[in-house]
Amino acid sequence: MKFAVVVFPGSNCDHDVYYVLKKVLNQGTIFVWHQSTDLCGADAVILPGGFSYGDYLRSGAVARFSPIMKAVEAFARKGGLVLGICNGLQILLESGLLPGAMLRNRSLKFVCREVGLRVENAETPFTRCLRVGDRLRIPVAHADGNYTADEETLRRLEGEGQIVLRYCDEEGRTVPESNPNGSARNIAGICNAQRNVLGMMPHPERCSEVVLGNDSGRAIFSSMIESLAQAAH
Amino acid sequence: MPMPDNLEAQGLTEEEYGRIVRILERDPTPTELGMFSGMWSEHCSYKSSRVHLEKLPTQGDRVLQGPGENAGAIDIGDGLAVVFKMESHNHPSFIEPYQGAATGVGGILRDIFTMGARPIAVMDSLRFGRPEAPRMSHLVGGVVAGIGGYGNCIGIPTVGGEVAFHSCYDGNILVNAFALGVVSKDRIFRARASGVDNPVIYVGSSTGRDGIHGATMASAAFGSGGEERRPTVQVGDPFTEKLLLEACLELMRTDYVVAIQDMGAAGLTSSSAEMAARGGVGLEIDIGKVPRREEGMTPYEVMLSESQERMLLVVREGCEEPVFEIFHKWDLQVELLGRVTGDGFLTVLDGEQTVARIPARALTDEAPRYQRPTAAPDADHPGARAVSLSDISEPADLGRVLERLVTSPNLCSRRWVVEQYDYSVRTNTVLPPGGDAALLRLKGTHRGLAMSVDCNARWCFLDPKLGAAHAVAEAARNLSCVGAEPVGLTDCLNFGNPEHPKTMWQFEKAIEGMAEACRALNIPVVSGNVSFYNETAGQDIHPTPMVAMVGVMENVERHAVSHFTSDGDIVLLVGETREELGGSEYLATEHQREQGSPPGLDLERERTVQEIVREGVRRGQVRSAHDLSDGGLGVALAECCITGPSLHGADLDLQDDLRADVALFSESASRVLISGSAEAIGHLESDCASRGIPCRRLGKIGGGRLRIRHAGSLRIDLDVAKLRNAWSGAFAALVGETVGAGEGT
Repeated sequence: MKFAVVVFPGSNCDHDVYYVLKKVLNQGTIFVWHQSTDLCGADAVILPGGFSYGDYLRSGAVARFSPIMKAVEAFARKGGLVLGICNGLQILLESGLLPGAMLRNRSLKFVCREVGLRVENAETPFTRCLRVGDRLRIPVAHADGNYTADEETLRRLEGEGQIVLRYCDEEGRTVPESNPNGSARNIAGICNAQRNVLGMMPHPERCSEVVLGNDSGRAIFSSMIESLAQAAH
Repeated sequence: MPMPDNLEAQGLTEEEYGRIVRILERDPTPTELGMFSGMWSEHCSYKSSRVHLEKLPTQGDRVLQGPGENAGAIDIGDGLAVVFKMESHNHPSFIEPYQGAATGVGGILRDIFTMGARPIAVMDSLRFGRPEAPRMSHLVGGVVAGIGGYGNCIGIPTVGGEVAFHSCYDGNILVNAFALGVVSKDRIFRARASGVDNPVIYVGSSTGRDGIHGATMASAAFGSGGEERRPTVQVGDPFTEKLLLEACLELMRTDYVVAIQDMGAAGLTSSSAEMAARGGVGLEIDIGKVPRREEGMTPYEVMLSESQERMLLVVREGCEEPVFEIFHKWDLQVELLGRVTGDGFLTVLDGEQTVARIPARALTDEAPRYQRPTAAPDADHPGARAVSLSDISEPADLGRVLERLVTSPNLCSRRWVVEQYDYSVRTNTVLPPGGDAALLRLKGTHRGLAMSVDCNARWCFLDPKLGAAHAVAEAARNLSCVGAEPVGLTDCLNFGNPEHPKTMWQFEKAIEGMAEACRALNIPVVSGNVSFYNETAGQDIHPTPMVAMVGVMENVERHAVSHFTSDGDIVLLVGETREELGGSEYLATEHQREQGSPPGLDLERERTVQEIVREGVRRGQVRSAHDLSDGGLGVALAECCITGPSLHGADLDLQDDLRADVALFSESASRVLISGSAEAIGHLESDCASRGIPCRRLGKIGGGRLRIRHAGSLRIDLDVAKLRNAWSGAFAALVGETVGAGEGT
């Protein structure tokens, strides 16, 4: 398998996700510079977290115009797996690969914390190793994670099973108290209608190793690897 | 000789002006005068501190680079080195908290990657005035947001630090930033120019009028209207710094770079003068080529601008093209400014015209050094007024006292602060902030790196020598508690006005105390920073010599946490509690007294206690180890119960013959609270016995209450869930916020 980690100026979780894929999960992994126009034959693409272009103007707003994004869009349209994490999700929203937009966190402050997540859809290539109702603990670290969309879009996301992950408390309840940023319907991660593009605010690459005290994020990457392996057969 | 009338504004004395004239054998040009002013400022020249700093031990088997470079470096094995340093950004942060703190982080990070090391951790040590003092909640909010804003964006985790409040900082807060990076030990870059005709290159942001004479500002006391100095505060751009970081590290994988230094205080002047002086060469630069962001800047302004995110490099002749290519890839501005010369002069041209020509060493090594007068404190200094128990009434409800301490500004949860910092990016953070020390794994090895920053300024005020020795001892104890062996330290020495003999006495004594503790514990000082003139309207701050220490462990998985983890475990107190209430948090919070001598410190015992704890952790027998410090045994026990991911109660009996409030809140040194299985505790007890260290089993972990007996009666009986809620919400209340939905879990 070959994963491509796209590097924008200001990406800062690129090394982290590369490390998990390459060193922890032993997958072929390459960095692709944002000026590049092709994905070098990758089987899956990761848009990593960070502050592409310093989050200046609006998070993700400049990065979506990087040359590589044309290739990512074409790849996604053909059904290729694309995972956007944190700033990656913001870029996916800006480029229209996923619906909705991000507002500043309701607290108006950056928040770094391990949060509870409930799996809402296990029939995606990113969650197939999980079950609906599973509870994960994954860190968030962002200032703009307050997901919003118009009512109709939210209803559609809900109806089509495109809400993949929601913030929840210790008992798995998706209550306001468990929402770290004020996002609509406690949304932490959404996918497109075809299920091949997932964007999530929490960082699974930060909790994929036992030495870091938590490896519950690994299931996201393992699911992708399984999906790709199955597709290859 | 004609004396310029703006000498005072330049922060120079008449005597210093005379020295300049003697060096140049003529009157300086305005640009030259400004360059001397910046370089001979206290901030850049260490003119008042140098004679004392020489007393600190800087040698050791692991030391690869001691003081004198951009940062210090320590060999940590496996062919790797850690590079680290701490610096103050106090004055700018008081004027403009967000940008002041943000650029403090930016500046210290450049010191690290300038050496070729990839920064992997930041810590911050903050001191604020009383929360109710004017502007204070604005300052707290701004500083924390500024540190986060910069560190989060550039993607270096803020893994630890400390925050404390005291009225002595009402008009002069402290913002000290520490950064650490990792590099192959044979790839450390230095700022030593060499090779006549080698090109001198400028890279990074363009130069503006921001921060002009920031170094001089940091070398003067504030009047009451510090806001007027706002133009001397720099503005940070973490995105450009991120590009600069990646570009420099990419460039350093080649062999093009001869020397490199960031433009920090005194900007282009200091970077060019210091690189030339260290290498014993000269530099000739044309500032007409410096990228500008403003029209009409004078040579003086260009040479002294402290615009951020700029670096100066000397590269090998003929390598200009590939060097430019790397910087262009990262969208950075890069310009060839000039060449290395053999004449030892820093020559500054503006096009055809020479605007400055100064022997480089005159700006650096030949800066004045002062042995300023010192004066011991008066006989009625609070440090000389011993604490007598007969003057201190014992409170009847000690549970109430403990609650008050745990929710007090200095001891309540720092979660409000640390959650604004990205502490987990780069995926090395093994322990989240909040424990005794930060712990990082080192990718590609089994090793762990621990770090801690400490200083009890109240103790340093009461007895600067003993207080500073305690700062070293406590930082080392914190590292030992997670299981790491201390290998080196950096300091940031924050003091008042050095022209006050009492301040210089405090400084001299603090250095003596630090030096003594460093020698006894065998920990070299590899870098550091001095911040004088922390004075507003005639009032000096308490002496605050911050110590940031780094430790190493062979196997990062063999570490201890600072909170209880398992019901049924035995709680052991290693070390001895004595009647030492002097300078304690208890005395200050409960009895409004700040007096007496800080606790005694037997460095030999300290060393033994730390060895016993480290060995216990290394054997894997210690489940938790927590250093006893502010608030003593009572507060440490409460923290063990409430600071972990799961709550634990405990049933304990102190079994000593001290007065109950002394037993609970005395801050005697060299004590550690351990928990583990009965077998593990037995092993530790025999270690203590064989090495002459007192220890005592206090009881067992379990239940939902913290119950502490003393002399046959139950003195504390608190619900740990309630205590945790009070502790965790207290900080937000201090800065005038209530905890909203979603911020409570």
